[in-house]
Amino acid sequence: MSVEFCGLELAHPIINASGTFDAIAARRAFGDQLIERFPFAAFVSKTVTLEPRQGNPPPRLWEVAGGLINSIGLPNKGLAGYLEQDLPELACLGVPLIVNVMGFSRAEVAHLVRAVSEREEVSALELNVSCPNVETGLMMGADPGEIAALLHRVRPLTDKPLIVKLTPSATDVPAVALAAFRAGADAVSLINTVRGMALDPRTGEPWLGGTTGGVSGPAIRPIALAQVHAVAEAVPIPIVAMGGVQRGRDAHDLMRAGASLVAVGTESFRDPAAGLRIAAQLADLTSTVRP
Amino acid sequence: MTIGSRPAPFGRRAATVTARETYGAYVVLRCHDPGGPQPRAGQFYMLAAAERWGGGEAERPFLPRAFSVLRALERDLHFLLEDVGPGTSRLTELAPGEDLLLVGPLGNGFTGPREGRTPLLVGGGVGVAPLAIWQDQLGRAARALLGFRDRVHADGAALLHDPTIATDDGSVGYHGLVTDLLGEELDVRADQIEVYACGPPAMLEAVRAMCAERAVPGQLALESGMACGFGACFGCVVPTVHGYIRLCLEGPVLDAQVLPTAAIVGAGH
Repeated sequence: MSVEFCGLELAHPIINASGTFDAIAARRAFGDQLIERFPFAAFVSKTVTLEPRQGNPPPRLWEVAGGLINSIGLPNKGLAGYLEQDLPELACLGVPLIVNVMGFSRAEVAHLVRAVSEREEVSALELNVSCPNVETGLMMGADPGEIAALLHRVRPLTDKPLIVKLTPSATDVPAVALAAFRAGADAVSLINTVRGMALDPRTGEPWLGGTTGGVSGPAIRPIALAQVHAVAEAVPIPIVAMGGVQRGRDAHDLMRAGASLVAVGTESFRDPAAGLRIAAQLADLTSTVRP
Repeated sequence: MTIGSRPAPFGRRAATVTARETYGAYVVLRCHDPGGPQPRAGQFYMLAAAERWGGGEAERPFLPRAFSVLRALERDLHFLLEDVGPGTSRLTELAPGEDLLLVGPLGNGFTGPREGRTPLLVGGGVGVAPLAIWQDQLGRAARALLGFRDRVHADGAALLHDPTIATDDGSVGYHGLVTDLLGEELDVRADQIEVYACGPPAMLEAVRAMCAERAVPGQLALESGMACGFGACFGCVVPTVHGYIRLCLEGPVLDAQVLPTAAIVGAGH
């Protein structure tokens, strides 16, 4: 069930959510079987920032009913480290690479987009806009005006598909999606994690090193379905949908709500090969002729 | 870094529980794993029950749990469990014939002692698990010092050969901390020992400090909350002199020297 997405030919509609699968680490753990049975039709990188980041202090995880809260803090090698060390290795995966980038100002995002886009290994870019713009103090993805200003700055810098990863924290997510589309985004992806918190049961203090974190897993699946449905009504561009997908049926629901691709995140933590299983289940569902 | 003789099979697989034994406060689950490679001592697996473990109607447990392998004999894997929360509660109620889902073996494992040193195994509580398989491989001459809370936990000492036991309440063996016993050993032959330790954060930190003070090499099997076990989630980082490292990939066994502290925040839950 190959699919076309922004000009890319993908073997099936299941990809990974940014930051939920490290293909290089997984190859260390599982060897070449990972390449032979790569679980995703395209590989989305963890967020790359201009400078290296160590990430948030631990503890970084807390299990909740039907999911978890993470406070990872975007650790990564920085742009130079990613381009020199990781990208050549990822090019061996045999699937299109989508690189997720985040900057703390429009100029920083522009720098990242230009540098990543130049590399022929890269098929598409995803913009992580769930961070504050240090110049305006506003979250880049929280407001239609902010997102439009960002895209006006970076859209002309690349001919490759630009996907905007929407934040579920925006007051009006479809309005942000519409602003992204009008400013030239090729696709939108949603939902990112939903802000949450846990207290240490022994001390009553925040458990996570970063105080709050992002909730993921099946707990947020209904939120994802509602937001994907609303965004699909608002924009004509392709949607990459994610949020608590555990089975083919969950992916099928998101596609019925308007998604072109579905990303798997937290379920890969429970089952490293979840992407393969979900793609197979989805194929079964979509090939079944319904009366 | 080398990981075992063969990497873990990709994806999770079912392994049928073949036996469930109790050792006081602990449960040993044995499962048949014909598809997996032989693990190294100190490696771990991510375990979940095949039924009633998230995904369906159950809310928690949701994520698999990481367990060092206790023993690997023929194609059977043994795991040492203590019921301390929703995950271990569900796992300890599994009966022969029911299925586990597992991913592994993962992580690095222990390496043999340096030239001129003999191994000394130091374990606390459920942390004795990786020391049992390590003693199986090193041979019975490898001595073990094991600490437990009380008599019902000290039953876990039967999993190793001829250990010296300490209990917090003095109900079995030496009345006090296992690290007191370690101190006595180090007083006599610090230059001949390599320490292999696993246990609660406070015990490991005491072991680390004693090793550092007396320049004794130590390999510590640590715990940190993990969602995935294979480097995907970045959740299990611990601080080292080289910055944060993912314990699932670079550990769970770390050289004591790379740790500013072995009192890992969030471990021991």
